Amino acid sequence: MPARSTRPERRARPRERRDPMGVGLAALYRLAGAPVIDRLGLRKPVERAVYQASRAGFRTVGAANRVFTAVQQRRSAERPAAAKERTQFDLNPTDEQKMIVEATREFAAEQLRPQAAAADTECMAPEALLKRSVAELGITQVGVPETLGGMGGERSATTGVLVAEALAHGDMGLAVACLAPAAVSNALALWGNAEQQATYLPAFVGDDVPAAALAVVEPQVLFDPFALRTVARRSGGGFVLDGVKSLVPRAEAAELFVIAAELDGTPALFLVESGTDGITVESDPAMGLRAASMARVELANVTLGAGALLGGTDGSDYAECIRLSRLGWSALALGTARAVLDYVIPYVNERQAFGEPISHRQAVAFTVANIGIELEGARLVTLRAAARAEQGKSFAREAALARRLTTEYGVRIGSDGVQLLGGHGYVKEHPVERWYRDLRAVGVMEGAVLV
Amino acid sequence: MSINLEVPKKFGMVVNQAHQVAVEIFRPISRKYDTHEHEYPKELDMLASLIDGMNASGESNTGARGVRREENTEQGNRNGSNMSSILSIMEACWGDVAMVLSMPRQGLGNAAIASVANDEQHARFDKVWASMAITEPSFGSDSAAVQATAMRDGDYYILNGEKIFVTAGQRSDAVVVWASLDRSKGRAAIKSFVVEKTRPGITVERLEHKLGIRASDTATIRLTDCRVPKENLLGSPDVEAEQGFAGVMQTFDNTRPLVAGMAVGCARAALDELRDLLAEAGAEVDYDRPAYLQSAAAAALLQMEADWEAGYLLTLEAAWMADNNRPNSLQASMAKAKAGRVGVEITLKCVELAGSYGYSERSLLEKWARDSKILDIFEGTQQIQQLIVARRLLNKSSAELK
Repeated sequence: MPARSTRPERRARPRERRDPMGVGLAALYRLAGAPVIDRLGLRKPVERAVYQASRAGFRTVGAANRVFTAVQQRRSAERPAAAKERTQFDLNPTDEQKMIVEATREFAAEQLRPQAAAADTECMAPEALLKRSVAELGITQVGVPETLGGMGGERSATTGVLVAEALAHGDMGLAVACLAPAAVSNALALWGNAEQQATYLPAFVGDDVPAAALAVVEPQVLFDPFALRTVARRSGGGFVLDGVKSLVPRAEAAELFVIAAELDGTPALFLVESGTDGITVESDPAMGLRAASMARVELANVTLGAGALLGGTDGSDYAECIRLSRLGWSALALGTARAVLDYVIPYVNERQAFGEPISHRQAVAFTVANIGIELEGARLVTLRAAARAEQGKSFAREAALARRLTTEYGVRIGSDGVQLLGGHGYVKEHPVERWYRDLRAVGVMEGAVLV
Repeated sequence: MSINLEVPKKFGMVVNQAHQVAVEIFRPISRKYDTHEHEYPKELDMLASLIDGMNASGESNTGARGVRREENTEQGNRNGSNMSSILSIMEACWGDVAMVLSMPRQGLGNAAIASVANDEQHARFDKVWASMAITEPSFGSDSAAVQATAMRDGDYYILNGEKIFVTAGQRSDAVVVWASLDRSKGRAAIKSFVVEKTRPGITVERLEHKLGIRASDTATIRLTDCRVPKENLLGSPDVEAEQGFAGVMQTFDNTRPLVAGMAVGCARAALDELRDLLAEAGAEVDYDRPAYLQSAAAAALLQMEADWEAGYLLTLEAAWMADNNRPNSLQASMAKAKAGRVGVEITLKCVELAGSYGYSERSLLEKWARDSKILDIFEGTQQIQQLIVARRLLNKSSAELK
């Protein structure tokens, strides 16, 4: 049964006065839409438009929903322990991190990069690729302690940053598609109670990992994750959720959501199985990250049990979630910005103009230098925040600084990447136009990934 | 080995010492010597003796010293003298950049000696306050264009030439002079010499009047048939193709992070001051909420703090690499480029946000905005740093990427 759509109405605009030219254009517009054009064979069929139309509209989630049940009862929740406080300034990753990053880089280069363009066009990540990311990288297991069946030891946000960075060097959209369920498993490990961990985590550490998403963003302009419009009301011992979430990765396939909603005036997280009544999903393709099949999730009178609340209600777990997610986005930006740098270097060295490589000109060379400088600076700031997070130190400030830098310079690097290739950068022959679109997501996105 | 970008606690004492010096000695006389350009800050003599004492007991590290590459026998990660030097420079420059540049026996020439001197020279020049003389009237960034000459004469070199923009050139005991053994041999023939000011033939011609760092004297030095013993040549006396110049240029790998640290310290002074002023005015940064929902002042502060943090960590990275015996010229240039430019941007923005108070001499904000500009110029301008970074990233020679 199609649910009532609460899609926000188009925003009211000041009425435009139509001048003679406007009248003419309006007539032309009506003509362009007339069926006669098609009868005369004047319109080329556009598969893309048909494709989009077929996906439009809120629908119930089509994913084959599994039944999540606690297979084994636990008395208390298991958490990844905070890392021991470190005494030295050190930029060396651990041997284990080196291994993980090496494997992830290889995966990104061999799997993500070659499939990125097609996935971007199709707004879909290949199922086989997602399965491999789980099987080969254990992507949903790294943040889950061994006692819960995962591969993780102590808390390691830096590992999360390094993995996200390495994946995004392959492709940001596919990286988000791969990392989306890990955000949910990480959230369960960090804030889930014994019951929630027993119910949901086994699926994320097994072979058949469900699609799942951490949904925070909402479609309103000037969105603030600390002033949510999605609201949870207390009702009969449980909760009732209403609202709209936007830019939710792979929402149509998702079996489990973690939804950010305001409870008693404070933001909180809720575990919501996608088959719950009142949930509908609408495809919402965006400028970039298209491989992550972004969608809106509408919640209308979604009734949840008392066990749906994930983490505390004082806002501190929620704030930590937002900060860790922002670090994830910073890491993704670092990876894609590095991809830009690695791509433009050989290009500007080979491209000739006025009898020499364009890299022999300072205007070009300095642009490359500044990409390198800002990238390194932003990377250190992001790593500092992540290292503080895993040692249990405050990191709100550092995460905010990392977000500011990766937003500011990520977008600039994306733009410089296209600019350095000139007209060639603007066409899909080269990946820089995709990176330009993907890097704009940083600063807009909240949630979806979690380190 | 685990990633961690916090400064180790063991440097807390060094940093605190520098902070006390900054607060108790530099800040109170900061405005006075800015106004009275060319007047020697005599308060610094006492301080220098104090620091010598602390150095002797191995407790201190204020100033441009301690950049000597030490043999690293320890296994694993190391946080050593490069990092502690940078940290204390940052802290001291939070007090006053010009004072740090005027610290007896802590000159950039000392950094050069520490970087390239042999053990004998290191011992002989240990107590000498050395300034650095590279620039000449006819060139600045193009340091291979040295016109000053050094003619071998028995056990001596005879130096001739004119050097400008010599920081602490008047107050220092000696000047590290860049001169060519043979101008037909290009950069390979450029060597640096320690020239004591007591030698006949070296004279201070005049002092500059500057935009900022006025407490630091900037001198023009003339060398007229100045004889120095051959043992005062730093590094190898051979004219090897490129090798020789690479030797003198190596100094910059050590001094650039120091200057980056100066910019970081000066910018932090302005940021700290502005943060307090804005808090009084009711504008504070909320790190969690989106910047666009906060006041424009808070958003600007957040942006400045982010750029500052990048400059700060790039500088620490360069020092950390030096401590771990890793080549760091790329990171040194990145640090100097980022810290240099954000130092200027931040200090100027802080004046803007503090309004007429920030612009007036009642506040030190306007002074810091003037002081910071030199840090994006000396020891390699912003553009030179970008050239170096670009050549490294693009794998281009200086002949290809000019």
